Amino acid sequence: MELLLNAIVSGLLLGGFYAAVALGLAIAFGQLDIVNIAHPAFVIVGSYVAYMVNSRVGLDPVLAGLIFAPAFFVVGAAIYRVYYASFERTGQEALSGLAFFFGLMFIIEVLLLMIYGVDYRSVAAPYIGSTWRFGPVIVPLRMFVPFAAALLMTAAVYLYLSKTFTGRAILAVSQDRLALRLMGADPIRIKQLAFGLSIATAALAGALLILIGPVEPSMNRLYIGRVFAIVVLGGMGSIGGTLVAALILGVAESFVATFYGPSWAPAVAFGILLVTLALRPQGLFGRY
Amino acid sequence: MAKTSATWSSRGTRRMLLRRALIAIGAAAVAAVSASWSEVVRAQQDPIRIGFSMALTGALAGAGKPALIAMELWREDINAEGGLLGRPVEFVYYDDQTTSANVPKIYTKLLNVDQVDLVVSGYGTAAIAPAMPVVMREKLVFMSLFGLGVNDEYNYDRYFQIMPAGPEPRVDWSRAFFQLAKDKDLRTIALVGADAEYPKNALAGARVNAEEAGLQVVYDESYPPSTTDFTPIIRAIQATNPDIVFVASYPPDSAGMVRAANELDLQTKLFGGGMVGLQYASLQTSLGPMLNGIVNYDFWVPEPTLSFPGIQDVLARYQERAEGQGIDPLGHYLTPFAYAYMQILGDAVEAVGSLDQDALADYLHKTTFDTVVGPVKFGPNGEWATSRVLMVQFQNIENGELEQFKHAGKRVVLLPEEWASGEFKFPYTEARK
Repeated sequence: MELLLNAIVSGLLLGGFYAAVALGLAIAFGQLDIVNIAHPAFVIVGSYVAYMVNSRVGLDPVLAGLIFAPAFFVVGAAIYRVYYASFERTGQEALSGLAFFFGLMFIIEVLLLMIYGVDYRSVAAPYIGSTWRFGPVIVPLRMFVPFAAALLMTAAVYLYLSKTFTGRAILAVSQDRLALRLMGADPIRIKQLAFGLSIATAALAGALLILIGPVEPSMNRLYIGRVFAIVVLGGMGSIGGTLVAALILGVAESFVATFYGPSWAPAVAFGILLVTLALRPQGLFGRY
Repeated sequence: MAKTSATWSSRGTRRMLLRRALIAIGAAAVAAVSASWSEVVRAQQDPIRIGFSMALTGALAGAGKPALIAMELWREDINAEGGLLGRPVEFVYYDDQTTSANVPKIYTKLLNVDQVDLVVSGYGTAAIAPAMPVVMREKLVFMSLFGLGVNDEYNYDRYFQIMPAGPEPRVDWSRAFFQLAKDKDLRTIALVGADAEYPKNALAGARVNAEEAGLQVVYDESYPPSTTDFTPIIRAIQATNPDIVFVASYPPDSAGMVRAANELDLQTKLFGGGMVGLQYASLQTSLGPMLNGIVNYDFWVPEPTLSFPGIQDVLARYQERAEGQGIDPLGHYLTPFAYAYMQILGDAVEAVGSLDQDALADYLHKTTFDTVVGPVKFGPNGEWATSRVLMVQFQNIENGELEQFKHAGKRVVLLPEEWASGEFKFPYTEARK
């Protein structure tokens, strides 16, 4: 029983973190149909930024992630401009756009390698290594802080998208661009804002990643499969769905690792994705 | 527009053609003379080119890059003494990105396109094994850098391994660890490792050792290398209450396991075994006191029992070069051995007096070499004739400062006895404090 409780709690904590990494992609891929395969690479950049700030100034990584999110936003907006001008305007975004992001992913990886070298980097924070105990349940703070931050970030993005004008415009642009124009909003500017937001979340997600474990430049490849699976499982365009899907994946991985053997964990996670898509092709909370 | 035949008058044409022919003959003559000249010159200055792949990016680059630096140090040393057989030594290498699939292509290119004279391996079991078929087909001597049990299936008689695992590498790897278990009369063991070449080999050997020691295996699982969170795994292991936890892992998972073990307050008596990465300065400083009590493999630590002639010099020169490069600042793990295996190759070439692979293989098998890691003798399968896997226990680490790892006392050698430098703090739960 104790093992089961702990497995579920571990899974939720891990799932929350996965949600943070997948959130940006939920916006870019889920809502804007931009296949940003370089999103995990941006997350790794976020990790390195947090590392730099933490090792130079001693600032908490989560704070570092928040402080640099606006910078990431600007970079994201700029990248979207280039992407739009080169591919979306001419309707080539399907393959050429994907190739563009692939290239971006490699460039980011190599730049990180050249600047920081290949050694693993970690951050120091007072809560790494400590645990909270609630009866039989042990909660490592190293996992809890990312979970809490991820939840807050997801809630913030959800509220922004559903309550503000620009937020709703972002949701609208994915549904009907022409109608949005008729409402007086420029779809290109809206998409630029949305993509900027997507990359901004990568800043915080990266800070959370380096809290959990050491990071090196090529680690982005480990997350590509997972984040796309989460976005698809949750339902394209649904922020809440992304969170739920991430939690499901986290709990599935943790459960399987605890009771059956960790080598089965990815199989079970992707198995859930396949079954869900077979029964409900639009994902858990998707609308179309 | 109509073509005129003005440019094609017969006399002008003949003169032009004659001029062109003379220029062509002249050029050919000059080319022939200079080619034969440079042949003569080249024959005397022709560098000896050694080709290899190396993990310069990817998961194992943390040790691959230092290895390359050590090899370059050797190359500079040997060239300063006049090179090998009077010829300067050059390296031709490519980054294999710690990806096994890249290795056969690289070695095929080295041999067919770059036409190197000698080949050595990249770093790691996953980089050496894929190169073997290519190298074996060409019947080349293959000095290799830190691979576990690669030759167990190939049985290639020209394979040589600088990692001191021992004549039966998979089993010898953890033999000393299990010796500690036997000495303390422990009963149950949990085996865990990543789903990858090295950990699988290490765990296979551990199972043999466990059976031989009469231990009961209460947990035996592997995890995918991309695992992020190790708390469920440690928890599952704890649920079986093992006396011993043997882990075969790569750097990110080693760090994850150590962190999870500390967070969950793992209750066991002997913890460690085959964790790659705990030998890297970057992980030692980031894990700091969380390492205390762990008993893990290593091959060289700055303990007084291991001061081989020449090693401090190599390390000092390495550390100078490593500054500011984002790589291991100490270089204790791979660099002495990377230097040593080039030393051995160089000595063999000089002794044999040629690049004849047959003669080199023969010489390498029968000679004991003097290197910066001490005397090295290979057995018939290319592994070290006697095992020198050190069981090292982390002790007295109080913080994450780099300086402490430069000196003795923090990584204490427990076994083999002839290199032992301190007391075994037992059990793990006590040694951790």
